[in-house]
Amino acid sequence: MASVTSMAMPGDPAAAHRLSEARIAWMLALPAIVLLFLFVLLPVVAVIILGFTDFELGYGTFRFVGLENYADLITDRTFRRSLWNTAVYTAIVAPVSICLGLAIAMLIESETAARSFFRTAYFLPVASLIVAMATVWQYMFHPTIGPLNGLLSLVGLSGPNWLGSSGTVLYSLSIIGVWQSVGFNMVLFLAGLTAIPRELYAAAEVDGARSAVDRFFLVTWPMLGPTTLFVITISITNAVKVFETVKTLTEGGPNKASEVLLFTIYQEGFVYLRVGYASAMTVVFLAILVVLMFLQYRLLDRRVHYT
Amino acid sequence: MTTSAFPFGRLIRLALLCLGAIVFLAPYVFMISTAGKAQSDIFTSSLSLVPEHFNYVQNFTKALSRVPMGRLLWNGVVVCGLIFFFQVLVAIPCAYAMAKLRFRAARMMMVLVMLGLLVPIHATALPLYVAFDRTSLLNSYAVLVAPFTISVFAIFMFLQFFRAMPDDLIHAARLDGMSELGIVARVIVPNAWPAVTAFAIFSVVAHWNDLYWPLVVISRQDFATPPLGLMYFRAAEAGDDYGALMAATLTITLPLVAVFLLAQKRFVEGITMTGLKG
Repeated sequence: MASVTSMAMPGDPAAAHRLSEARIAWMLALPAIVLLFLFVLLPVVAVIILGFTDFELGYGTFRFVGLENYADLITDRTFRRSLWNTAVYTAIVAPVSICLGLAIAMLIESETAARSFFRTAYFLPVASLIVAMATVWQYMFHPTIGPLNGLLSLVGLSGPNWLGSSGTVLYSLSIIGVWQSVGFNMVLFLAGLTAIPRELYAAAEVDGARSAVDRFFLVTWPMLGPTTLFVITISITNAVKVFETVKTLTEGGPNKASEVLLFTIYQEGFVYLRVGYASAMTVVFLAILVVLMFLQYRLLDRRVHYT
Repeated sequence: MTTSAFPFGRLIRLALLCLGAIVFLAPYVFMISTAGKAQSDIFTSSLSLVPEHFNYVQNFTKALSRVPMGRLLWNGVVVCGLIFFFQVLVAIPCAYAMAKLRFRAARMMMVLVMLGLLVPIHATALPLYVAFDRTSLLNSYAVLVAPFTISVFAIFMFLQFFRAMPDDLIHAARLDGMSELGIVARVIVPNAWPAVTAFAIFSVVAHWNDLYWPLVVISRQDFATPPLGLMYFRAAEAGDDYGALMAATLTITLPLVAVFLLAQKRFVEGITMTGLKG
């Protein structure tokens, strides 16, 4: 009887506890929620709205122009060039750094000597200041005094003007991009490889997978599925976000041959201060990230074998 | 069968690994060698690694005097330290609430966190810049730190970590009469140490290296972070004095590389744990 009344009472201790638990939870999460709105969600909404305006920093007024910015983007040659260059850069850097990362991880995994030395050597670029290392690469790539062309001339070849000619600049930047991201992928693959149970290889051998290639496709590759999925998405999104090397070394040149998406946005928004137009570009950039995320979940997820 | 193929296969493996390591380490070797070369040396014998006349002192003097190197490194430490401090301060209670307390907003929070993971600073920089410009906060530590005080990635990571923590631990603390805030401070935080160090590595590397946001909001050298300072140095040197440039590069790369070499194991573990970032 007493228990029945207590359950019906508003002062029920269990309900009160739940209420106070919820209140405390809100309190603990509140700073994060406020900051998340202030520094992430609100700015994203603002950038979408700004994309429909002709807002320029330094001018008092602005007006809504509808889809005008987007219409301009389609015909903007610089923007189209930067989209194309970003795509080319990504199409080189992502696959090469993924394959090299996997290959190095497998070599290190099957080798017993000097493991930690090799891991350190390949990982060092990830921990180095990219602006600084870009400067070093600029010296390496120097057409007359650079060691790269110095080596080439030893075998009688005359090297290109790596960063200085529009035909090679994007490839030179890609080399730096690959150099910088391989170690990161390698570490992720190494973690994935060590997680594969040894018995699976023994079982595969019993089932007739004699060669290393057979074992790779029967065991390693499927078991690395989740890792590979992560590495693919990270590599692509990181390649799409290339900025530091371009800003440091080429400023988009020569002849806009290394103009990439983030550099164009930076230039429009923070140098020319055309915030409205740059916002429209940012929306395109965000849309690319959303599509990549969507692809990760929808297309790739199905082919992955989870343990 | 495998034993007979062993030495040959192993030889190839080692050769490949060594060759790769040489290629990957080459920029560092040239950086160290060029930092000690005189201008004339650089322009004649580009392939000799040992400087003809050791010019380290001159080059480093130039590097340290043309830009306030100490100030730059200090700014990097302050900014990364403050960012990390606030990120952990904000993310741990939030992640604890989402993982261990019942409240309705938890699911909505999860959606917000997933959305937040998608949005890099490059996407929010424009409106944030306009807002900071309006409030005259440009060129300050505050503007360098504020946008990063919230790290959805930290929330995500701590959330995963806390979910794996046994509930009994928390129940026991409650029975002892601890408040929820007390539980966070005295039960959760000490136990979250591995996750915190792993996140520290990720956060420090990301913000020590970040160029985009400092480039946007800082125009005075007093608040320049290391990457930005190096940009100023390059501009001042017109990019041709490679000896001094490499000395400056070396000075600015060294701190993080040294930390990495000292705490290598932790570092790699941290990247493995936090590397799952989109």
